[in-house]
Amino acid sequence: MNTQAKKYTKKDFVSNQEVKWCSGCGDFSILSQTQKVLSEIGRPPEEITFVSGIGCSSRFTYYMDTYGFHTIHGRALAVATGVKTQNPDLSVWVAFGDGDGMSIGGNHFIHTIRRNLDIVCIMMDNRIYGLTKGQYSPTSLRDQITKTSPFGKLEAPMDPVAMALSSGATFVARSTDRNPKHLNEVLHKAYQHKGFSFVHVLQNCVIFNDGCHEPYVGKEKADNTLMLKDGQPMIFGKENDKAIVRDGFDPKVVNVADVDASEILVHDENSSSQGQSYFLAQMSEGKFPMPMGVIRQVEEPTYDGAYTEQIAEITAKQGQGDLQELLDSGDTWTVE
Amino acid sequence: MNQVNSNTLELQELGQVVIRFAGDSGDGMQLTGNQFTRTAAQSGNDVMTLPDFPSEIRAPAGTVSGVSGFQIQFGNKVVNTPGDYPDVLIAMNPAALKVNIKDVKRDGFILLDRDAFTEKNIQKAGYTVDPLSDEALLNRMTYQAPITSQTLRALEGFDMPKKAKERCKNFFTLGILFWIYDQPSIHTEEWLKKKFAKKPSIAEANIKTLKEGMIYAQNASMFQAQFKVPQAPVKKGTYKSLTGNQATALGLIAASERAGLKMFLGSYPITPATDILHEIVKYKRFGVKTVQCEDEIAGICATLGGAYAGAFAVTTTSGPGVALKSEALGLAVITELPMVIVNVQRGGPSTGLPTKTEQADLLQAMYGRNGEAPIPIVAAKSPSDCFDQAIEASRLALKYMTPVFLLTDGYLGNGSEAFKIPRVEDLPDLTTTHRTDPENFKSYSRDPKTLARDWVKPGTPGMAHRIGSLEKDRETGCVSHDPENHNYMVRTRQAKVDGIANDIPELEIYGDQEGGDILIMGWGSTFGAIRNSVDKYRVEGKSVSQAHFTHLCPFPKNTLEVMKKFKTVVIAEMNLGQLHKMIQATYAHKAIALTKIQGKPFTEAEIAVVVDELL
Ligand code: SF4
Repeated sequence: MNTQAKKYTKKDFVSNQEVKWCSGCGDFSILSQTQKVLSEIGRPPEEITFVSGIGCSSRFTYYMDTYGFHTIHGRALAVATGVKTQNPDLSVWVAFGDGDGMSIGGNHFIHTIRRNLDIVCIMMDNRIYGLTKGQYSPTSLRDQITKTSPFGKLEAPMDPVAMALSSGATFVARSTDRNPKHLNEVLHKAYQHKGFSFVHVLQNCVIFNDGCHEPYVGKEKADNTLMLKDGQPMIFGKENDKAIVRDGFDPKVVNVADVDASEILVHDENSSSQGQSYFLAQMSEGKFPMPMGVIRQVEEPTYDGAYTEQIAEITAKQGQGDLQELLDSGDTWTVE
Repeated sequence: MNQVNSNTLELQELGQVVIRFAGDSGDGMQLTGNQFTRTAAQSGNDVMTLPDFPSEIRAPAGTVSGVSGFQIQFGNKVVNTPGDYPDVLIAMNPAALKVNIKDVKRDGFILLDRDAFTEKNIQKAGYTVDPLSDEALLNRMTYQAPITSQTLRALEGFDMPKKAKERCKNFFTLGILFWIYDQPSIHTEEWLKKKFAKKPSIAEANIKTLKEGMIYAQNASMFQAQFKVPQAPVKKGTYKSLTGNQATALGLIAASERAGLKMFLGSYPITPATDILHEIVKYKRFGVKTVQCEDEIAGICATLGGAYAGAFAVTTTSGPGVALKSEALGLAVITELPMVIVNVQRGGPSTGLPTKTEQADLLQAMYGRNGEAPIPIVAAKSPSDCFDQAIEASRLALKYMTPVFLLTDGYLGNGSEAFKIPRVEDLPDLTTTHRTDPENFKSYSRDPKTLARDWVKPGTPGMAHRIGSLEKDRETGCVSHDPENHNYMVRTRQAKVDGIANDIPELEIYGDQEGGDILIMGWGSTFGAIRNSVDKYRVEGKSVSQAHFTHLCPFPKNTLEVMKKFKTVVIAEMNLGQLHKMIQATYAHKAIALTKIQGKPFTEAEIAVVVDELL
């Protein structure tokens, strides 16, 4: 919609509010990449609206020099539903954390995805409640020691990617705070996607859960992550020597040398079936490399788009609403 | 006017008549009642109605839990309520008789379908003996008409299944009533022709049955008299019958059009408010956007998002929904975004009595949030007043940039009355514009008079700013924890709401303008019952007056002055004294609480019990 050639710099998206995250917090890099991506996209800041919930990461809105609505815990997606439905011309971005999205706002997460609202949703997942100072979150690991689980968390973690996929997400991707180049690419793709774009970002909390994503961002990351590339075989490892093959309905890690190249699964971002994406979603914990990049991207009607169309259709059929006509309509009688 | 009557029975004049139609859910009682209402209104009577739906959707046929009712009061003067006790009960089966007979006035009568009083139906209704054989049980004048069999006879020549023919029996009953009350059948005939334009045989069958009912009533020599209710002094104009929920919906769309803003409605289905959503979804040609959300919280949050994006924003719900929405209401207060929250109150607490009426959410509207979070409150007093108060709530929301509560209740929402159709140009002008001038803009810039914050839509160049749930600096709009600033902001938000008192009508006295013995105060749907009893006292020459609140937060400026004029102030409400508490807290003025909490509106007699003592 914006055809202006005006170039923006990152600074055009930096607000005058002092950023109050702890130094070393992963949120800094996510904020910085988002600002950079927006300047690269080149849309004027006023056409962009950020909506966030409550938590460390949800302070995001205050730091963006765009329109912004910092809401209440868990409700960012519900507020964004109103903003985007009312004005589909806006580029709406939701930024929140794992507590907001998976716990208190879980219902909105499911249903906003199901509606395929055309927004970008960045979840900064540090597997902990940071702002309330260190309680376990739905994505904290089993046995994790936190302030509210001094003897270990009894629950299994929830996987945001699996949750998004099972809600019918049309765009699902994963990245990390420590790989800005990758995050940049993923955010661009998320913006370009027409529909609900879910970006799961592994984020470090230096204070309450330091190193929680270390296997996927640290020295060993090549062995613990699968960098997805559309149309490319699923090969990973420091030496590019490991691959993913299918074992019945399950993934299996093999040595590239041990299998025929045709057995190695090839990533297809745009696969219309959910089979592949569910398959990849199973790989987020434990014995598999964590898939990174675009897991799924398919085109489906968006809620806001369909809404605009429906109103146009109805108006074409019934004519523009006329208040007097509406008041006068129905079963009336006149008292002389 | 009378089409069938040619015999010589005398025509007795009556002032006001209350009829209750009762039958199985499938007997078409709502439709029959509505048809009678339309005709009476078109004959120039004032009317008010109230349906009584069974609480179960598909209760077993013939049982007391499946009885559906519809009550109408029509009269030769202003009718304020659907009536306390029926003069006439129409009972289409034994269960309908059993449920309703105790309410029928002693000098009233019952018209029933004799054919429905089979042994099986009598048992299903829970009677151990045939009530028709027990005069003591009935203890009222009872007309036993063979309604089903006469309907079948009337339709002998029609090529329809027997079941379909039987379904026409409600029109036979309507025919009898039209004859008794000397009403014409033409309006219903026309309605049937229009409704079944595509199935003319059905229209024909129903019209035939309707006419046969009238002929039967005339020929059966069953009724001793015909009655006539003369015209009421109804204002000239064009009318239609609206329920309070329909009137609310219409008022909201009218407000949106008069404001020049598109409407956004985020909502979640809840009894008894859903009918408003059902209506508003039909208005998409006006550019209205409705989102049926995943829950009550999303309903209000989406609405807030819509308001932020510049829409005239509304959410509709009932008490339990308001409870869920309360955190987001606080967000609406602190971000100072305009929205109307409609609470069609029902019996509480918790799920309570979903299909029954109550006024026990006033303090919830007033105080049900964390922190100092004032929200103006407007309440409708009758079904058609829901239209005006929806516009008034919208006016305040848009002018003062604040959420506003519109309180109605199940009794108003489902009840209906004749609504005088206004001209659009006579409705208040609510023209609202968003700020687009970036010169000197601060995110909390205010109108110095109303204290309303400027409304800037995302998308407006040069004014990108952030709002949110954290306290903001009064100037810059940045997050601020400064004690002095918080003090300023809390007091400013309160002052903004308090200032509305200068912009609302004063409290009116109905009765002794200079004061007198007793003033009955109330709010919302108790209006009609209070007005009726005040009228009755005044006819007797007693000094009883009425003052009814439309605005409950803030109160009209002259509230104390009005109360002081009377020796005794009585506050009547369907709760345990919530307005009473607010009046005490605000004015420390002594008042007597007259409360009722049965899921049902006041009767005149219940008001009299207290007021008689005071006189
Ligand atoms: S507590 Fe953790 S998540 Fe929150 S700002 Fe500090 S480092 Fe970041």
